[in-house]
Amino acid sequence: MEKTDTVLEEMLKNFEEKINRGDAIEPKDKMPDGYRKHLIRQMSQHAHSEVIGMQPEGNWITRAPSLRAKQILLAKIQDEGGHGLYLYSAAETLGISRSELINQLHTGKAKYSNIFNYPTLNWADIGAIGWLVDGAAIVNQVSLQRTSYGPYSRAMVRICKEESFHQRQGYEIMAKMMAGTKEQQEMAQDAMNRWWWPSLMMFGPHDGDSPHTGDAFKWKIKRHSNDELRHKFIDKTVQQAEVIGLTIPDKDLKWNEAKGHYDHGAINWDEFYRTINGNGPCNRQRLAHHIKVHNEGAWVREAAEAYRAKKEKAIFNN
Amino acid sequence: MTQQQALYKYCLRLGDNALVQSYRLSEWCSNGPILEEDLALTNFALDMTGRAQALLTYAGKIDGNNKTDDDLAYRRGEREFYNILMHELPYGDFANTIARLFYSATFEYLFFSGLMNSTDETLAAIAAKSIKEVKYHMAHATDWVLRLGDGTEESHRRMQNGISENWMFTGEMFEMDEVETLLAGVSVVVSEIKAKWLSQVSKVMAEATLTLPTDTYMQTGGRNGIHTEYLGHILSEMQYLQRAYPTATW
Ligand SMILES: [Fe+2]
Ligand SMILES: [Fe+2]
Repeated sequence: MEKTDTVLEEMLKNFEEKINRGDAIEPKDKMPDGYRKHLIRQMSQHAHSEVIGMQPEGNWITRAPSLRAKQILLAKIQDEGGHGLYLYSAAETLGISRSELINQLHTGKAKYSNIFNYPTLNWADIGAIGWLVDGAAIVNQVSLQRTSYGPYSRAMVRICKEESFHQRQGYEIMAKMMAGTKEQQEMAQDAMNRWWWPSLMMFGPHDGDSPHTGDAFKWKIKRHSNDELRHKFIDKTVQQAEVIGLTIPDKDLKWNEAKGHYDHGAINWDEFYRTINGNGPCNRQRLAHHIKVHNEGAWVREAAEAYRAKKEKAIFNN
Repeated sequence: MTQQQALYKYCLRLGDNALVQSYRLSEWCSNGPILEEDLALTNFALDMTGRAQALLTYAGKIDGNNKTDDDLAYRRGEREFYNILMHELPYGDFANTIARLFYSATFEYLFFSGLMNSTDETLAAIAAKSIKEVKYHMAHATDWVLRLGDGTEESHRRMQNGISENWMFTGEMFEMDEVETLLAGVSVVVSEIKAKWLSQVSKVMAEATLTLPTDTYMQTGGRNGIHTEYLGHILSEMQYLQRAYPTATW
């Protein structure tokens, strides 16, 4: 018993020294259970978000209004699915399989980003998602490029490059619509009104109310606070909105000279918690769809496995 | 029919094949049996949308009425679409989609290999780009035909269904009319690639333990604008924004 304790203590000491030196933690390194669990939770939530996010965007593929727009949207959604695959693989380095991760999503143990529980109701929503949702994700992910777990940090570096494309393409849709007919302008503002607040909520609760923050900071998984990142996002987005004539739906939004950032109005945290806890507009729809498709595809996965096994057997018999 | 009209229609037929096929494949987004297949099928859809764009842009130039690729994709009605019927059928289960992709990609591989030698430089260039994509579509579809055909009992049954149900829509790929005749040297003589297509398809079927259908009745009509009931629904969805807001640009 005593001996185990010493071994554990030694391990923890080594780990923390590494973290403090700023070294990356790699899959083969010893790490505390809490660190591993925190990462699995965060990375799988991230992976699931990329995948579930394909649903609201996919909702407009067949109705994309030009061949160019359709290609950009198809390519974007593929990128997101690719991010999902990439993050699932990164999470697997922590000793959990993709099918376990998907199972956790289906049982509700694992979450995905709350933002995808909102519906895409007009074409400008595709612009708003790219510009605001990917825009908010980038702020978060840029900060995660220096996260302490090596595979996660490398995944973020790769993913960030693509996300900034998405953000620009989304903004382009909004700009085009704001330069268009009155109806297009109304669609764009309508999308702005519906996506602005949920985008701010993507950064999570205010710093004082964030339950997992302590360890994540100590282990350098997280390097900036929720509010810090939220302000960064607001500051870069306000001017972009002004340039194309969109109004930010927050009458309390004001430049704060002393703090050097924008102050925003009160976020509706009741809506936030209600949605996280399952009662957003699309929670049931998104999850039910993922489960249904996964179950319907079982025969394909079984066939692929059976075929692989047959071929393997044939090799050994010859 | 003039040479110019023939070329216009030839490009529309090829462009519409790519456009409508891409529409159905893109419906697999968030619906694939595994994430990798969502990505593969929508990636093929992306290739085909690009091909449709190139062909419809070219058609617009030939026509001489200043029509853009989008005008042709989003402002024509059902009777002015000339894709083959197979591409507009609902996508069905995964095996059905694979069967169709297998038939058409095997055909397109032979077709674009031929079109690369077209005396029309634009078509030859489009073919040269397409052949790289189509080679991959064919390899992917073939791979799944083998896995599903020789996988489990259920996958075999479904794959055989897909192969059988789509069979009567394959004849249209090899049809030729006045358009092709007028475009000698420009167009591909599809009747000449039929034997190669059949031999490749049969070879894969045999390896996949599947049976090649023997019925000889073939559906026809799409190439002349007589479609199934499904195309109208595709167009009403695809063209919705352009039709509802005709003065808007997107
Ligand atoms: Fe992403
Ligand atoms: Fe993105």
